[in-house]
Amino acid sequence: MVKVTIDGIEVEVEAGTTVLNAARKIGGDVVPPAMCYYSKLEGSGGKCRTCLVEVAAGSANDPRPMPKLVASCSTPVQDGMVIKNKTSEKVHVNRGAVTEFLLINHPLDCPICDQAGECHLQDLGFEHGASGTRYEEERRTFDPIDIGNKIKLHMNRCILCYRCVMVANQLTDKRVHGVLGRGDHAEISTYISNAIDNDFSGNMIDVCPVGALTDKTFRFKSRVWFLKPMEASRSCTKCAGKAVVWMFGEEIYRVTARKDKYGEVEDNDGKPAWICNDCRFDHKNVSDWNIEGPRKINRHSVISANHYEKANPLENNTKKIK
Amino acid sequence: MESLSNRKKVVSNKKMSFVESLYLPAIVGGMWITIKHMFKKHNTLKYPEQQRVFAPVYRGMHVLKRDEQGRENCTACGLCAVACPAEAITMVAAERQKGEENLYREEKYAESYEINMLRCIFCGLCEEACPKEAIFLTDRIVPTNFDRDEFVYGKDRLVEQLDNRIDITVRQNTGKRGEK
Repeated sequence: MVKVTIDGIEVEVEAGTTVLNAARKIGGDVVPPAMCYYSKLEGSGGKCRTCLVEVAAGSANDPRPMPKLVASCSTPVQDGMVIKNKTSEKVHVNRGAVTEFLLINHPLDCPICDQAGECHLQDLGFEHGASGTRYEEERRTFDPIDIGNKIKLHMNRCILCYRCVMVANQLTDKRVHGVLGRGDHAEISTYISNAIDNDFSGNMIDVCPVGALTDKTFRFKSRVWFLKPMEASRSCTKCAGKAVVWMFGEEIYRVTARKDKYGEVEDNDGKPAWICNDCRFDHKNVSDWNIEGPRKINRHSVISANHYEKANPLENNTKKIK
Repeated sequence: MESLSNRKKVVSNKKMSFVESLYLPAIVGGMWITIKHMFKKHNTLKYPEQQRVFAPVYRGMHVLKRDEQGRENCTACGLCAVACPAEAITMVAAERQKGEENLYREEKYAESYEINMLRCIFCGLCEEACPKEAIFLTDRIVPTNFDRDEFVYGKDRLVEQLDNRIDITVRQNTGKRGEK
């Protein structure tokens, strides 16, 4: 066990833990935002640079500060490390710059995008974004394409976090999509728009931090803040069957995995509760699901707008279903 | 208890004099006030023959604007509906098809857009929330009706007509908005 101090809060973590995970152990404001790191996906992180933090003292043995900001998602902690995130002016300025870079090619089409309201880049832009743009060149644009019959890819919105590629690599048996090109030309694509038909390919939608990969069965159906997220489960042979159904009245508009406050899939019996495409795309009847109750949503989130914690329109229905 | 406002009047129950008990002077006095008002300037107008001039920022009936090319600005983002304190706005979004580029500005548009004018409190928050400069309140007033259903205004009555554009430039350039 090693002791680290993050923003003046001391925490004891196992050796080898990354700075980001140590901060998540404390929780709250000291957690750096992360656009590409996904704890449930091996090898993720280190790409977006939003989680950069200042290391004021490298370790107890060598308390010199690190010369540059380090990516907290891929830097392991050292005993006696002193890390500054919220309390560092440098980090704040830098995060604004990273946000500006991420938004260089990202379209400002939040009013259209289905991810709006649960988009990590939107949150990041809200907190660190500038009100104007200094970019004068043309943004790179692509036409939205279908990858498979259930997923829509808007390459314009992609920030190249590689999470979806890792989902395909680690969850499905054969990956047919990946990043083509290098540098500014890099894009997520499939060869000749190959269909993605693996049972777990839908999880790409859940891991996408922006609206690049969206659910075609939910496309433009509603806005997330008009829906009521309900925890639901069903017995499924392919996955744990534990999901969140997004309801409008008595109808299920879409199904997603249960995501924690960092936007990552929650654990079920020690394993990430990824959901299969059957649950996600094909079961949209209330009778398919055992609805357990309303999902707890942070009250600062727009999703909780106009919803009341105790208001549960299905309270009478849940009894009927059981 | 002592009055806090000092406006309390104590009612006396004194016996009326003979002249007072006739009530005639009081009636004449009352009539005098009434008749006097007939010759004063009226506060009301004979609507709809006569109409008042409203301030340019008056918050009346909504309009869904089109851009210069006649395409609908609204993209059904739902921000007006979430901002609406009276929950008067509902909408259904749809995807723009190929060939409809001259009708809708963005790839998503409002297939139906309804404002319940009976619920609406004309606070203008929808206008404030709109990121696309699509919805504006205007200086027109919502006409009365005998039927409650008639107050649910759909796109047919909200979207401005191409041959009858509604000018809201004064509204946009008045007050805080003009300072930008």
